[in-house]
Amino acid sequence: MNSMLNLKYTTLVAILLLLAAGSVDAQEKGSVLIRNGTVITITNGNMPNTDLLIENGVITDIGQNLDAPRGIETVDATGKYVMPGIIDAHSHIAGVNINEWTNPVTAEVTMEESIDPTDINIYWALAGGVTTIHLMHGSANVIGGQNETMKLRYGGTMDDLRFKDAPRTIKFALGENPTRVHGQGFDVKPRTRMGVEQVIRDHFDAALDYKRKRQAYLEAKQRYDRRKRGTPPIPVAKNLRMEVLNDIIEGEILVHCHSYRADEILMLMRVFNDYGVKNYTFQHANEAFKVAPELRKNGAYTSVFSDWWAYKFEVYYSTAYNAAILNANGVKNSINSDSGELIRHLNHEAAKAVHYGGTSKLDALKMITINPAAQLGIDDKVGSLEVGKHGDVAIWSGHPLSIYSICETTYVDGKKYFDRDQDPDDMRIEVDPEVDFDETRYSGTLSGRDEDTCLRGAHILFDKNGMTFNEGDK
Amino acid sequence: MRETSNMNFNYDNTMKKRISTGCLAALLITAVMTLSAKAQIPEKPEFGKFAITNVTIHTVTDGVIENGVVLIEGERIAFVGKNAKITPDYQQVDGTGKHLYPGFMDSRTQLGLQEIGSVAVTRDQAELGSFNPHVMAFTAINPSSVNIPVTRVNGVTHVISNPVSGRLSGKSTLIDLYGYSPDSMAILKRASLHLNWPSAVKRGWWDDRKPEKIQEQYEENLKELNDFWNKAKFYHRMVTAYEENPSGKTKPEKDEVLDAMREVVTGSIPVVISVNRKKNIENAINWAAGKDQARFILSGVREGWRVADKIAESGIPCLVSTLHTPVRDYDNYQRPYQNPGKLHEAGVKIAFATGEVENVRNVLYHAGYGATYGLGREEAIRALTINPAEIFGVSEHLGSIEEGKQANLFIADGDPLEPMTHIEQVFIRGYKVPMVSRHTQLYEEFLNRGPDR
Repeated sequence: MNSMLNLKYTTLVAILLLLAAGSVDAQEKGSVLIRNGTVITITNGNMPNTDLLIENGVITDIGQNLDAPRGIETVDATGKYVMPGIIDAHSHIAGVNINEWTNPVTAEVTMEESIDPTDINIYWALAGGVTTIHLMHGSANVIGGQNETMKLRYGGTMDDLRFKDAPRTIKFALGENPTRVHGQGFDVKPRTRMGVEQVIRDHFDAALDYKRKRQAYLEAKQRYDRRKRGTPPIPVAKNLRMEVLNDIIEGEILVHCHSYRADEILMLMRVFNDYGVKNYTFQHANEAFKVAPELRKNGAYTSVFSDWWAYKFEVYYSTAYNAAILNANGVKNSINSDSGELIRHLNHEAAKAVHYGGTSKLDALKMITINPAAQLGIDDKVGSLEVGKHGDVAIWSGHPLSIYSICETTYVDGKKYFDRDQDPDDMRIEVDPEVDFDETRYSGTLSGRDEDTCLRGAHILFDKNGMTFNEGDK
Repeated sequence: MRETSNMNFNYDNTMKKRISTGCLAALLITAVMTLSAKAQIPEKPEFGKFAITNVTIHTVTDGVIENGVVLIEGERIAFVGKNAKITPDYQQVDGTGKHLYPGFMDSRTQLGLQEIGSVAVTRDQAELGSFNPHVMAFTAINPSSVNIPVTRVNGVTHVISNPVSGRLSGKSTLIDLYGYSPDSMAILKRASLHLNWPSAVKRGWWDDRKPEKIQEQYEENLKELNDFWNKAKFYHRMVTAYEENPSGKTKPEKDEVLDAMREVVTGSIPVVISVNRKKNIENAINWAAGKDQARFILSGVREGWRVADKIAESGIPCLVSTLHTPVRDYDNYQRPYQNPGKLHEAGVKIAFATGEVENVRNVLYHAGYGATYGLGREEAIRALTINPAEIFGVSEHLGSIEEGKQANLFIADGDPLEPMTHIEQVFIRGYKVPMVSRHTQLYEEFLNRGPDR
């Protein structure tokens, strides 16, 4: 019996390994020598008239007058800027389902199978110099699902898009969204910010309790299996939700928390300190600027909009100077899109950090490269141009923070995925023969906030008559 | 563009009054400030005589003047040129190394009508009912909206604010982004009538109506619109006939709704048609062609590039933006950025319009993207200044730096379309407006907050 199981297990592992190997192969890598551009390294200043060599997906040399290894394509970047691929720490493009909004805590669900690798938004993001995104679960739940860090290898399969060896991350959400969906919608806790805190504490406590009981059971079962006598222990069933919550407490999973108000940001830091959770990022965090010293003290990160505000009450007391204040106070901050529209020009969103508060150009660029990389735990691989890092690079016609600059070419792992000179109109991967050719993706929203945002799938209004979908102005 | 005599233009009659009250206010402020220098008084706008010196003047209509001088007296620009005698009664504003532009205009916003997007009680832009020509945005403009200072400190000095719901949403207003009442802010109390064009195409992938059903519903909606329009024309003829010669006639009963259409059917104020899809644009153009006296503007026009020549042929101007995703999945990624340039190239007069509320300030960057992708910088600036002024019939007063025009101006430390540039001083209707908004105030307060207590 046991050997049978073992055999099956071994076969399964072998198959999985084969599959994994297959998917690694499909993550194609390329080589290219980009000549004579201004290389914005991010971590080591700007290097004018400099060559950048990528071999088999990895940056192998940065310097002047490099020798082109045989067979490697050379690209002239004279007068142009070469910068690391932009990283969006908060995205919902290429997501299929965004919100499992049926419970205030759904730590067990994950975005890993909820990916549409054919989403045209991927190509449009590449055209804006973006190479990595953090595909997030939505914000309907206090503890939502796990997110997926992905590279924009457009044309590949779901597995091809995964960012290999990126740490696991999970979405939390505070404030109006979970209290409206659950408290107002389903009449279950939390209806208030007070309740949000207790939902987190209750579930962390339950998770720790589960872990003790489960471990005690597993140990008792091991003893029983060894001795084959006495009474078998009462089983404690495996509970994935509880397992994931324990992984959070143990630092295996990084928390990215949708939040707005200063008080709720402080609340979560208190809770995390009580449970020893470290290494977390506040997403949106429109009022983070009010508690910048506390954020810094706790080593918390922030990932904010450049200028979105006033679309709901909890972002009414906000400022477009948020990023500049956080940066000046030593908080590691990134600027994200949360939108299929903004992701196309995150360079421009970062430039607004210069406009609002006079952030240095370098610090503004860090907010869309090395800082989001750190928040996703991938800053040893991407986010700057350094020997040994991934060949994720975009070539810009001018300084990337200028509105007059255009992204011309985008490489992921040294492979070209966007080239403005060879940019056909129809870049869809899969064309549905049934589709009416006149069909539009445009749904009439003015700001684009309804699509590709945190509340997708949970954009619901509740009243005494039940549930209705929120159609905004229509 | 036909010339229009705007019945509700309220400029000249109030100008003198404003100057005198303004001077008085300035005196009072000075007095108060001297008395309690340390008290927490919010900074007040200044009014009177200003000389902006040694500045690069981007007149828009008459080229660029290096090391120029602009004099402001009261609400108006009194001088534009190289050499001016500056008497001591002018407050001097040194413009060395700076650039002076006419204030920018966003031609479609809901500014002042909405405070917080998700809070229904703060939203006043969508009245119930399908045909509301008598509903006026002017009525509901909240001069204290926090969104207004946030917008103007970025160089946007005046905007169209319009209602959005139903078929005929109501009338927009053209307002200065400074003032204590809708009356003092309004440049045009009623600037245009807003029409949501009935769609003859699928609304999106989720729209599962059959093509015949879509056509049928379009025709129903169009008939409803035509019936209303014809009724309005008939009403106008009837009332005009009575007004011209009342003797022996019964006075027609006043109908508030149809009465509000009189200035529309006669072309005194234009109809802004909100329309995006190619087929809808074509339908709207054809429809407008049959309305001889009325004037039209297309708004949105996201697929304008598909039918740019047809739009140009119709002579209808367009209000456009750039920062949106392509309308169709199979469209090239650059089309939204290129749309203004392609329309301009075909000969269409364009102006930028965001349709936004709290981020109307980004209209500069909509123009920036248009500039980069084919429109060019100069035309992009025109589409924020003189073009919208001409489209809404106020170019005598706004849209360029010219002697006699209303003093809506701003000083920037560089190219204003470039996001890294800072807008340093804004003048609206001659008022030197404090460069303060909720966003700057929170910045000042929290930049160096220090430890908690």
